[in-house]
Amino acid sequence: MTATTSDALAAVGQAGILIALLALAHAPLGGYMARVYSSPRHWRLEAAWYRVLRVDATTDQRWRTYATQVLGFSLVSVLALYGLGRLQAYVPWNLGFSGLDPAGAWNTAISFTTNTNWQWYSGEAATGHLLQMIGFTVQNFVSAAVGLAVAVALIRGFARSGTDGRIGNFWADLTRGVVRILLPLSVVAAIVLVAQGVIQNLDPHSTIATLQGGSQTALGGPVASQEAIKELGTNGGGFFNANSAHPYENPTHLTNLFEIFLLLLIPSALPRTVGIMVGDRRQGWAILGAMATIWVGALVLTTWAEMAGPGTAPQLAGAAMEGKETRFGTAASALFAVSTTATSTGAVNSMHDSYTAPGGAVLMVDMLLGEVAPGGVGAGLYGMLIIAILAVFVAGLMVGRTPEYLGKKIGQREMTLVAMYVLTTPAIVLTGAALAVSVDPGVAGIQEDGPHGLSEVLYAFASAGNNNGSAFAGLATGTGFYNTALGVAMLLGRFVPILIVLALAGRVSSQRTVPTSAGTLPTHRPLFAGLVAAVAVVVVGLTFLPVLSLGPLAEALS
Amino acid sequence: MHSIRLTTSSSLRALARSSLTGLKMLAAFTVVCGVAYPLLITGVAKAAFPWQAAGSLVTATGERTTDRGEAAGSALIGQSFEGDAWFLPRPSAAGDGYDTLASGGSNLGPESPDVVASIAEGRAEVAAREGVDVSQVPADAVTASGSGLDGAISPAYAALQVPRVARERGLDEATVAALVADATHERTLGVLGDPYVDVLALNTSLEQAAPADTM
Repeated sequence: MTATTSDALAAVGQAGILIALLALAHAPLGGYMARVYSSPRHWRLEAAWYRVLRVDATTDQRWRTYATQVLGFSLVSVLALYGLGRLQAYVPWNLGFSGLDPAGAWNTAISFTTNTNWQWYSGEAATGHLLQMIGFTVQNFVSAAVGLAVAVALIRGFARSGTDGRIGNFWADLTRGVVRILLPLSVVAAIVLVAQGVIQNLDPHSTIATLQGGSQTALGGPVASQEAIKELGTNGGGFFNANSAHPYENPTHLTNLFEIFLLLLIPSALPRTVGIMVGDRRQGWAILGAMATIWVGALVLTTWAEMAGPGTAPQLAGAAMEGKETRFGTAASALFAVSTTATSTGAVNSMHDSYTAPGGAVLMVDMLLGEVAPGGVGAGLYGMLIIAILAVFVAGLMVGRTPEYLGKKIGQREMTLVAMYVLTTPAIVLTGAALAVSVDPGVAGIQEDGPHGLSEVLYAFASAGNNNGSAFAGLATGTGFYNTALGVAMLLGRFVPILIVLALAGRVSSQRTVPTSAGTLPTHRPLFAGLVAAVAVVVVGLTFLPVLSLGPLAEALS
Repeated sequence: MHSIRLTTSSSLRALARSSLTGLKMLAAFTVVCGVAYPLLITGVAKAAFPWQAAGSLVTATGERTTDRGEAAGSALIGQSFEGDAWFLPRPSAAGDGYDTLASGGSNLGPESPDVVASIAEGRAEVAAREGVDVSQVPADAVTASGSGLDGAISPAYAALQVPRVARERGLDEATVAALVADATHERTLGVLGDPYVDVLALNTSLEQAAPADTM
């Protein structure tokens, strides 16, 4: 019953195929995205779109304007989704479901607008087709495009020299991200998913007779169209409660690999976009190297933990199969789990709450690292660039050189912004988790006593604060307290970092690019990639070790 | 003081202006991404993959259908079976078992006393039912899947059930083992996922070979 050599070889083999597919897509997609965001010309279709909507998509904007537009767009997105959720009872194709309660609608509106897709509700029992289509699917696209836009604005800041803080046009970036990148890829991906068995229809749910004469509900819904962008946009919100463990979302061996490929596709290609836009592809390689180092490390650890199956329940059963699908087994589950938490996706093909203690701990650390390996669409890249600046600063301190990154001097103001960024999410996660375990409505949601209970709460706030959306789902979170608190965590965890990144983008954009000299720390070598990965791990270690040792580490050692 | 107030109100005005533009953009994206895109995919899916798009429904004789009235289930979704004449699926945490309106897992942790007790109980039960030692009970036989709708079992669990099902249906074990082999999916490309046996397909072919209700 324990894992055999052929199981181990298969685990390596499927990771190898995944890496090969991503490698094939890396240069073409990375280059394409660089062209999309660098081209001065609008497509004719886009030009018409801007004209009809009377949107200025041409003016190069300063960071404050850009940030205001990000916030304005996100504000109306939250309000629209809140309204739609509340009024569900009155829209067509609602399958008879009523409106969401105020705390629930708030949570869901924030959740989908922030690219988190935390779900307190069960899709098949609470949301109709129209809410899924014009609410969730739309936000899956635009929240991903917002993340891309912010990342691109930061890249432009580094690439430009001596502007008065101009970083691009948000409306053009938003539109191009959807129209030129996400939509075409989603159309192809959705059709592939349907061919493999992911459903796509507008039928209601209705009862059928089973083979033995019992009854079961046949499900309907526009699932494939949502599934494609759910992975591609690193959103992660499942059409059904079981998410990508559900056979109608992820039916086969192939769809499982394909969905993992989709969720890693854009984040892993973005370093190439950076390299091209700053005019030195090697810089992109170093970023990618740091991302890959962390991802591979996490994958090896989690795969080992799930295949070995330490812990009382897995040992008794013979394998860590609680919460896992037979068709995926432990290795393909671990591959999905690591990729979904190392990006900001949060889709799951197996239930993380039932993972072994070390396996679950790695997933938590993946998120606590700020989801940078390779991270969410756009969000992972700007997170990693922040850590790279931190690494340059640390290295500068060690060797007594003035820190520079991508031709920009890293001075006091830049470091202040970086420090604020690095501290924001931990503050949200730790404050939120501490609050939840201190008040009755927070404690009431905990399913299990002891360290695992703390892990459930910590995981929830790590997931919300980092806009992941996966859960240790034993925690009962569909309550007023958790819906409100996690909503606040998601909101701050998304927009505070975005504001800091845009401020930094404006700052570096206004700086003149300094030529590299003998005194410049080379940031394109493997050594630097290793340093970036190490800095990411050390920062998280120092911040979270105390709480991790009370939760998953205590559980693993007990 | 005066200038701060001025900045705040002009920022708010800028935010209001951006929100208005944002509203127009959101409306347009809703039409494109929320209506046109899903309907386009629905149209293509219905034309090119009608059976898959409708849910991979199968009749009681294993024929593909898109008519829910004829269907005895979905080839992809697990369903409950009870009694010794059937291959039995995994435990399910979806509602009372295989309830498609309540998909999900137990979400119990690896040290949870509840899950440890249910595994121990399951092992004893399966071992007694199949007449084997508890050490031979595979993990998937005593653990709930993540979806609660897992229509598959491991080849080991299927093999364990062959003698009982053959006996109950008056078939020889080789015949039943052959049906199991037909319903077995190896790893795709040799490395993807785990091998599994499709329980509904297996029980459907069993019914064709020797219907349970004529026993």
